Amino acid sequence: MAPVLAFMAVGALTALAVVLIVVALVVYLVAVIVQLRKITGGLDEVIGHVGEIVQKSAPVNDVVTTINEQLDAGVDLLEGLLVKKAGMTDAVGLVEGLYAGAGAAGFRKFPESTEVKAPRIGEVYTQGTLTLARLGREAPIALGNPAGFPLRNVEGGSLAARLLYPEARQSKPASMPRSPVIGTDAPVQYEQRDDIGKPRKRLPARR
Amino acid sequence: MTLWWIGDVVLLVVVLPVVVYLLRAVLDAATSIVPSVQEIARVAAAASKDLDAAALLLTTQDQVTQTVAGVANYGGSLDVILDDAE
Repeated sequence: MAPVLAFMAVGALTALAVVLIVVALVVYLVAVIVQLRKITGGLDEVIGHVGEIVQKSAPVNDVVTTINEQLDAGVDLLEGLLVKKAGMTDAVGLVEGLYAGAGAAGFRKFPESTEVKAPRIGEVYTQGTLTLARLGREAPIALGNPAGFPLRNVEGGSLAARLLYPEARQSKPASMPRSPVIGTDAPVQYEQRDDIGKPRKRLPARR
Repeated sequence: MTLWWIGDVVLLVVVLPVVVYLLRAVLDAATSIVPSVQEIARVAAAASKDLDAAALLLTTQDQVTQTVAGVANYGGSLDVILDDAE
């Protein structure tokens, strides 16, 4: 009888061990499955947002490339125009006067501009600058001139404008010939025609 | 019979704890992934929202084109009214 009980006891213990292992497997694997489902849901959400990012950023490369090309063309145009009108040396001086230190960087389209020594801005007076002054434009150059702003004097600025007029007005005469007054009340009446109000002259008839 | 007892003891004392330990480690790893995935989802949503303005780049492109065209016209006018340096 004892061996039978012993066999039953050891068999029950084996069954208990197996049941415990199976229960542990079920509990933990179910918990892992729940977590994996959460991960799957989160990754689905991520994939959706990443798809939106890809869709929204698809044209960015082409658009930015086009914008850069346009801006490069604009910079090349302005640099070329400045160098053409002011000359390389004065152009570097103008840039240096506007943005201190920028002259050393030179122009992109003109690599040789980095070798040009920027002149003092007070010495840079190009034809273009004077033309702009004659046109009444305020050329924003010579900001760094220690003698002050050479093109536009706020207090005496009218002199520069007056120089544009004929010499007679620049000497500030006490009195100048006045403009003629016209009309019936004019002090000077021009000679009137005698035939006004009279019968029309009859010319001889042609044959 | 003795070996069976020994096997049962090993099963209960060694195998069961090892199985529990390994399963617990897997569960901890899976649990730790969930917050990271949720954070990635939140960041992806924010990044997607940030790119809503990317469509305005087309407007920027048009404006840059028009601006450069204006600059080109202005430069052409200056080229006409100003003398060359040389």
